[in-house]
Amino acid sequence: MEQVLRRKEKGNLARAFYRFKKNPLSLIGLGIILTMVLIAIFAPFIAPYPGDAGGAVHFKEMFQSPSWKHSFGTDEVGRDVLSRIIFGSRISLTLGIVVLSVAVGVGIPLGLFAGYFGGKVETVIMRITDIFLSIPPLVLALVVTAVLERNLQNSMFAIAFTWWPWYARLAYGQTLSKKEEDFVEVSESLGASRLYIIFGEILPNMTSPLLVKITLDMGYAILAGAALGFLGLGAQPPTPEWGTLVSLGRVHLPKMWWLSTFSGLAIFVTVLGFNLLGDGLRDFFDVEVD
Amino acid sequence: MGVRNTILNIEGLKVHFDTLDGTSRVLDGVELSVREGEVVGLVGETGCGKSITAKTILRSLPMPPGRIIEGEILFLGDNLLELSREEGHQVMSKKMSYIPQDPMTSLNPVFSVGEEMGDLIRWHGRRRLGPLELMGLRRRHDNSIAKAVELLDRVKIPAPREIIGRYPVELSGGMRQRVLIAMALIGYSSLLIADEPTTALDVTIQKGILELIEEKVKEEELSVLYITHNLGVARRLCDRIYVMYAGTIAETAKTQDLLDNPKHPYTSGLISSIPKLTGDEFKGIDGRIPDYIDPPSGCRFHPRCPEVMEICEQEKPELVKVGGGRLVACHLFSTGGES
Amino acid sequence: MFGRYLVKRLPYMMLVLFGISLLIFFLARVMPGDPARLALGPEATQEQVQALRHRLGLDQPLYTQYYVFVKGLLKGELGMSLVTKRDVSKDLIQRLPATLELVAVAMTIAILGGIPLGMLSALHKDRTIDQLSRVFAFAGVSFPRFWIGIMFQIGIAYTLGLLPITGRISGDPPAHMTGLYLLDSVLTRNLAAFMDSFKHMVLPAVTLSLSPLAQITRLIRASMIEELRKDYTIVSRTIGMPENLNIYKYMLKNAFTATLTVIGLLVGWLIGNAFIVEQVFSWPGMARYGVNSVLRNDFNAVVGVTLVIGVGYVFINFIVDLLYGYLDPRIRLKK
Repeated sequence: MEQVLRRKEKGNLARAFYRFKKNPLSLIGLGIILTMVLIAIFAPFIAPYPGDAGGAVHFKEMFQSPSWKHSFGTDEVGRDVLSRIIFGSRISLTLGIVVLSVAVGVGIPLGLFAGYFGGKVETVIMRITDIFLSIPPLVLALVVTAVLERNLQNSMFAIAFTWWPWYARLAYGQTLSKKEEDFVEVSESLGASRLYIIFGEILPNMTSPLLVKITLDMGYAILAGAALGFLGLGAQPPTPEWGTLVSLGRVHLPKMWWLSTFSGLAIFVTVLGFNLLGDGLRDFFDVEVD
Repeated sequence: MGVRNTILNIEGLKVHFDTLDGTSRVLDGVELSVREGEVVGLVGETGCGKSITAKTILRSLPMPPGRIIEGEILFLGDNLLELSREEGHQVMSKKMSYIPQDPMTSLNPVFSVGEEMGDLIRWHGRRRLGPLELMGLRRRHDNSIAKAVELLDRVKIPAPREIIGRYPVELSGGMRQRVLIAMALIGYSSLLIADEPTTALDVTIQKGILELIEEKVKEEELSVLYITHNLGVARRLCDRIYVMYAGTIAETAKTQDLLDNPKHPYTSGLISSIPKLTGDEFKGIDGRIPDYIDPPSGCRFHPRCPEVMEICEQEKPELVKVGGGRLVACHLFSTGGES
Repeated sequence: MFGRYLVKRLPYMMLVLFGISLLIFFLARVMPGDPARLALGPEATQEQVQALRHRLGLDQPLYTQYYVFVKGLLKGELGMSLVTKRDVSKDLIQRLPATLELVAVAMTIAILGGIPLGMLSALHKDRTIDQLSRVFAFAGVSFPRFWIGIMFQIGIAYTLGLLPITGRISGDPPAHMTGLYLLDSVLTRNLAAFMDSFKHMVLPAVTLSLSPLAQITRLIRASMIEELRKDYTIVSRTIGMPENLNIYKYMLKNAFTATLTVIGLLVGWLIGNAFIVEQVFSWPGMARYGVNSVLRNDFNAVVGVTLVIGVGYVFINFIVDLLYGYLDPRIRLKK
């Protein structure tokens, strides 16, 4: 029976697509992300009142509830909420990309080195990683923002600062299991440089779990960034970051409910999209990710 | 030799497996029977479908992707395939015993031997338990553990009282297999199905386990369906042997008859594959087991058969009587068998 | 046998705690920005800033500062809060129970809800309940905590008026025994206080528990599905184990053990997100105190909060490790 069941080959592209398509939720996720990306790119053209994204004020129009003129209503100085949310997508997506680039760029090489070279390098890197991981990530990010000036860039840095250990750990684990495999031994015996082996052989073999994790983490990075924004530790007004918008609107609850509701909804939908997509990718690659 | 009751009778069993590459026709008309008190061997190469046959009887085959196309499995009067999953499970757990193949993965790792055996002894054959029983509140004054110790003793495990408290991870393969055999002896059973119980063990341990099984079968007068790829083992334990190839039965006969005078070319090939101490020529059988998704037409063995004829490619041979209670499925005997 | 396992982990834990103290200290003192200046604001004169720096010991060399810091730590002092003007440790002790209670209740909801939901999904795989729980799981991890909390406040508390909007208790708290209102009211048989605290606890705890609940559900589901395929499950079913015993005892223990490591991580997650939930619901806990300290550049308080959390988290992970070793004999018996 084992022989019969083992026929299911992995990694066949056609099969992978079949698995991905089998899951309508992943397609929805993909759709959401693509829509968000397009909205972010074409924000100035899509937003009905692009000027409202910044510091414009129209006191005459303040606190209008959702209507035909302003689909999501207006805020406390008369700005169109929909436009602000549209521009907010730029901020959140950028935040996600930046955070992940830094976390991956720092974490992965460190993990690779720790796994491949072993010995003192391994001990030092992994101990540092452990220490970072021993504090819940949001808490650490909070502390970092505490000592820096409060703005968007610093909040991005803070989150990346707390996230790189996860990628280091992922790369470390993957390297440990891969470095014993044949293709590595072959390269070593052929005299390939160690850097080449690490980045050219081992790294490409972990793209699947890495891609899945990055996709999922995009959503969580945006969530973290919004959380910091909500607490007032991230982007400052008038920047229309989604989390900041929610906290600004909170003061006017419950009457002016549209201020907080729609911006939070935007966060939710975006994060959901990344989650669905990431889950679908997990099926696509047929991998286990921690 | 009196007439003994047939307790298990399989007829025309066809099972297919749906895979991403196509439908694998793993069992293509299996015929098999076991009589009371008999030890019947099911012998064949790895991949010939003998394990699948056992699992079909025990209903432990995952049913999608597996499908039973046709056939009957008559056990003590019931056609197992017609019973609902629940009823079939009832019959099976009350009247059949099973020794699995791989002792390393067959015991639950987070419970001690005593715990698992105790539960089996206490609730053997019950389909579902009530909530109090599930919570373990109804077992204060029973003697399940004592019975478990006794069973472990019967399978020659040293210091059984200690072993009761141990976890599978602390036991060697041989020990674990003994525990599984002890578990198989729990409760009254009409049929024991042993699925290659010594295959996963070290050669040095196999002998001990085999002796144990031999002993228990004689003592308890069990009826056994013994599955193995090793003709030597089958010769030692079995009264009667079925030779299986690629999802069908090639031949069946009493053990000695089969070995002295094999009729099916595959059987001859198998026998000559056994390395003999006399230093004779060691002949294997050319080729490999066929692709079940696209099997050879006619007789599935014909591409490898040294005595192949034209008809072998066109028609699948049926099992025919060739006298002395023997059956062979081969065109060499199809026309004009002995009466 | 078990003690040996404990002893192995201890020096490692010490090392980690030492590292945490270093890290936090480093962050607080070495990062750009002058704490004294930030605390006093831009209007303060240079002398005032200098005076504060001197008082806080910031003009000493780093290693001296660290030494003072650790010395104080061991005495249980965490410095003075620039906002409340009291010892930070006193502030923390006062507020810790509220956060503890919130996190504990949220974790309980997540576990007590996640296990049955996960099992149901696994046993009825791909059917309606599984699909529904899947949708719920995705939503649960995607909700921004602050947003869903606010939605609950608008919807349930304000519009429907079923539950209070903010705060931990409206009337008088029960007599102080542990500081955990729910427990204290039970211990002092104060039904009114219990109902009061309970009503206040519902929304914040549920908000906090959504994501872990979703994660535990998915994890249990995945583990149970794997268990269903394991050899030993099929073997024990075949040799006569009653089906529901097999599921609820034998498979579940394996599945839960697999989930345990994640539960440790989830506690960390809960602590981090407690900061947000406490803000939304004005919950008088340590986390909210931490956020306010950050917003007001109250360094000692920030350090204090982080330290307590760090130590607590290490401790909890240690307990999870112990539990894991206890449940899974393979871990503690493999030489």
